[in-house]
Amino acid sequence: MNGLFLLRRYFVTSMRAQLQYPASSLMLAFSALLTNAIELAGIWALFNRFGEVQGWRFGDICLFFGMVSISFSIADFMSRGFDVFGNEFVRTGDFDRVLLRPRTTTLQLVGYDFRLRVIGRLIQGLLVLAVATRALDLHWGVGEVALALWTIAGGVALFFGLVVLQATLAFWTVESLEVVNVVTYGGVQAAQYPLGFYTSWFRNFLIFVVPIACIAYFPVLAILHKADPLGAPGWFLPLAPAVGFAFLATSFVAWRFGVRKYTSTGT
Amino acid sequence: MNILRPYLAAFAARFKTMLQYRAAAVAGFTTQCWWGGLKVMVYTAFYRHSVHAHAPMTLAQVITYTWLGQALLALQPWGGDPEVAAAVRTGAVSYDRLRPVDTYTWWFIRAAAWMSARALPRAALMFAAAAVLLPLAGLDAWSWRAPADATQAGLFVLSLALMILLGAAFTMLINLCITATLTDRGINTLAPAFVILLSGNLIPLGLFPDWIQPALIAQPFAGMLDIPTRIYLGTLSGGAAWAGLALQVFWTLTFVMLGRKGIAGVMSRLEVQGG
Repeated sequence: MNGLFLLRRYFVTSMRAQLQYPASSLMLAFSALLTNAIELAGIWALFNRFGEVQGWRFGDICLFFGMVSISFSIADFMSRGFDVFGNEFVRTGDFDRVLLRPRTTTLQLVGYDFRLRVIGRLIQGLLVLAVATRALDLHWGVGEVALALWTIAGGVALFFGLVVLQATLAFWTVESLEVVNVVTYGGVQAAQYPLGFYTSWFRNFLIFVVPIACIAYFPVLAILHKADPLGAPGWFLPLAPAVGFAFLATSFVAWRFGVRKYTSTGT
Repeated sequence: MNILRPYLAAFAARFKTMLQYRAAAVAGFTTQCWWGGLKVMVYTAFYRHSVHAHAPMTLAQVITYTWLGQALLALQPWGGDPEVAAAVRTGAVSYDRLRPVDTYTWWFIRAAAWMSARALPRAALMFAAAAVLLPLAGLDAWSWRAPADATQAGLFVLSLALMILLGAAFTMLINLCITATLTDRGINTLAPAFVILLSGNLIPLGLFPDWIQPALIAQPFAGMLDIPTRIYLGTLSGGAAWAGLALQVFWTLTFVMLGRKGIAGVMSRLEVQGG
């Protein structure tokens, strides 16, 4: 329980620090909202011009986009410490201090910083879900809501796992590898569209290598009560977000290995 | 020629310095490959499977547009010059004021050098990947095509040069905002939203609804990707191409005038930080 108490202290400190500059925090959150909302304008324009594609409509894309935005914003909120790990902890040697403290590295890195600006993306995700609900005339029963929450939980686990992997790589590269952003931010981008839009090797990449399809495409099909046009078995669809947790567990195995291999850069 | 010498030297120095960041160029290139590839697949799906296609561009044109957009990404004004932001923060801006050169021109030249040096290796890599490797790999349908004809290619070079000037002029407006507010955080997160949407970076401007097209072409950001690309593809040719170039010139001059006026105002009441 002491861990939770500490995490709350970290959280309160972080919030207080950011609220010292309320205008700046608000503006950053607003820009995040705007930048993400603009994506939607592009998708809307494409559907406006081309109409239905393979039976997919604008509302369906909104549902994919909204779910994955919410998952990513929550993961981003908690994983800032891992995100800047290479530059702020390994290169500076600050990780030594983290290791010396009598708490787990994960707890300290999660507590490192909670950024208020991600609220912009979260709000955008919720708004896009509202748009999807209107456009598709969705009925959110208990089953659908539970499935949506489960999908978001799986998504948070997957994105968190990706950032942990990025941090793990920093043990060897000594700086944060921006290339991983390709699969986090780029993954959010890829998850907006149904798998059928992509060519087969890219589909396999999104299912088996970085399993973003398992926390967006498959469970959203279950929410929509649609069968997978590509032939994934019906029982698998609602279970798919579990893959996100498996990914997170694997990431932490890699992380532990990295921590054991860690050699300080400090003097 | 003597008046120009310091500016040319500044351009050359900044250009050579920025070319040294090879790892950053490779990282940027990787990201752009992912983004470009994703977009190409999505456009292909839209063009192949849509119910009622009435697009003003062919799929091959949209794909070439996408690769060009990724290649020229660093030529678009994504934020202020980090060195100007640092100078304003540390007080080093007073050195810039003491130089026997015009501050606006000095910063403008440096911004232009900064953007073009970052764009050059990225564009070269992107061209090698999308125009040479993709066809060799048998993915001809996904590849970056040659310009429509020699005339269009010549006009494209002209338009590209104007795109650099226009981008630098807009960067100077951002620099101005940074100098006035003493921080780059606000404006650097706000400006990209406009660039993404209105330059054609998000989707080609021609794919937006027909009723909004005249407004989209006339606004300044069109000159930062859409006009050069349309000229390259040959969808803007003859008189229309020259009109496009004129629009780029018009907006560049407008931005330069605004920027010069703003800088004069800000500099007259600039408080230098630092001790």
